[in-house]
Amino acid sequence: MSIERMEAPQLLSRNRFNVDEEEPHIVLDREICKKCIEKPCLYVCPAVLYKLDQNGEISFDYAGCLECGTCRVMCKTQGIVRWEYPRGSFGVSFRYG
Amino acid sequence: MSEEEKFDVIIIGAGPAGSSCAYTLAREGKSVLMIERGDTPGSKNVTGGRFYTYALEMLDSGLYEEAALERKVTHEQIMLLSGDRSISIDYHEPGFNTGGEAPMSYTILRANFDEWLAEKAEEMGAMLACGIRVEELIERDGKIVGVRAGEDEMYADVVVAADGVNSFMAQKAGLIKDIEAHTVGVGVKEVIELPARTIEERFNLKEGEGAARMILGCTEGIHGGGFLYTNQDSISLGCVFMPAKAAERGKTIHEIFQDFKMHPSIHPLLQGGLTVEYGAHLVSEAGYRGIPRKIYREGFLMVGDAAGFVINTGYSIRGIDLAMLSGIAAARAIIDAENTAEVGPQYLKELDEIKIIPAMKAADGFFDVLETPGLYDKMPNLANDVFNNLFTVDGGVPGSIKKDVMRLIKENGLSMWQLIKFGLKGVKSL
Repeated sequence: MSIERMEAPQLLSRNRFNVDEEEPHIVLDREICKKCIEKPCLYVCPAVLYKLDQNGEISFDYAGCLECGTCRVMCKTQGIVRWEYPRGSFGVSFRYG
Repeated sequence: MSEEEKFDVIIIGAGPAGSSCAYTLAREGKSVLMIERGDTPGSKNVTGGRFYTYALEMLDSGLYEEAALERKVTHEQIMLLSGDRSISIDYHEPGFNTGGEAPMSYTILRANFDEWLAEKAEEMGAMLACGIRVEELIERDGKIVGVRAGEDEMYADVVVAADGVNSFMAQKAGLIKDIEAHTVGVGVKEVIELPARTIEERFNLKEGEGAARMILGCTEGIHGGGFLYTNQDSISLGCVFMPAKAAERGKTIHEIFQDFKMHPSIHPLLQGGLTVEYGAHLVSEAGYRGIPRKIYREGFLMVGDAAGFVINTGYSIRGIDLAMLSGIAAARAIIDAENTAEVGPQYLKELDEIKIIPAMKAADGFFDVLETPGLYDKMPNLANDVFNNLFTVDGGVPGSIKKDVMRLIKENGLSMWQLIKFGLKGVKSL
């Protein structure tokens, strides 16, 4: 094995997830996010789940969420309209922690 | 409400605070239900991490001998990075692991430790329900009397919020607002598997002994720092960032962390290893001044991270031990109080008695020290520049070291006065 720089999806693939396909635990209001200038979520999410699409708008996937809460804490414009922990037994399961 | 749904105590979260509370209560014959949202206790938790053993000794003497712990820390290390350079300090004290006595601290992985501790609480008679997310608190006549999870309602004399740094339960109880960005750090971590022998050789360790390393200068000037802990068969390498500063930097914390992992002084320690997990978690950074004004109301207590019980001095970080202590304090208060109205005030007394509050008060000044401008880039850079000056031999006539150092202080955008002020601030807070 060699230790290399890893992209976020590659790192996340090492984790165990049980994604709740029915109920996203984080929900954005894209209209609010459109107006947000700073977009701190792009930089502070450890899993880099917040990205800009071709139109310069936020695209987000809750599937690889590590449930840290940093995006919620940093979201000043309240574009994150819902941030809950995933329903019981869903989400990330750390095997080491 | 039927009898079988009513407990003496319901604890939300089966981390170190929740399980210590449950263990102590169940040992005294109280009926206790722990509710954990993860599939197993610890599966939602991340630490650096290290654990100070005295807390387990306080829970039950000798318990540490069978605990799910990694390595006994005998090497305390500090590292200052700048560009591709580094300075390392290794303080080795074999006495931190004296035979026959509890070693002072261990490296730790939370999925193992938390699951083990919850099992111990179960052995004492506590009930554990996993895979359940508590959604609401049930309030009656101004008191918290139970919890709701989906369709289920469960009742208790006291509900203990041991739900961690993002304490939604404390928010629902109206005791705190949502977290303010400048009071927390976000930690990211890779767990990298390596054979035990390789780890021992690379870190100059005896079998079963370990190293704990704090690293300054790996965050591109962002308030924060790196850490490295040697586990039995793996290394925990991570970085903590103040998120507000990270957002201003305009580079993802993931990228900064990957740069740090590839640093020429870090990378060789990991070489040949396999990354088996990538975790992240918030950590309270505000210390004593971050403890909420009220950490109880009738029928409701906050323990562990939920109550902000973390001490960060920059060179050591304590959270798990304080969590356990606060769980024990909460349990003692519940056992001693005559009625639910007495529990909260009694809990405050127990927290004082068990020394959490005095210890946090004593470390309060570190918050200001860690806010010092230049601490995360200019100062580690200056230290490396000074070493470069000492060790450079190129056949020229060496200048006066004093003059060179003064020049380097200036070149790093610092002044002698700033450094003296920093020193004084440090001395004052100790």
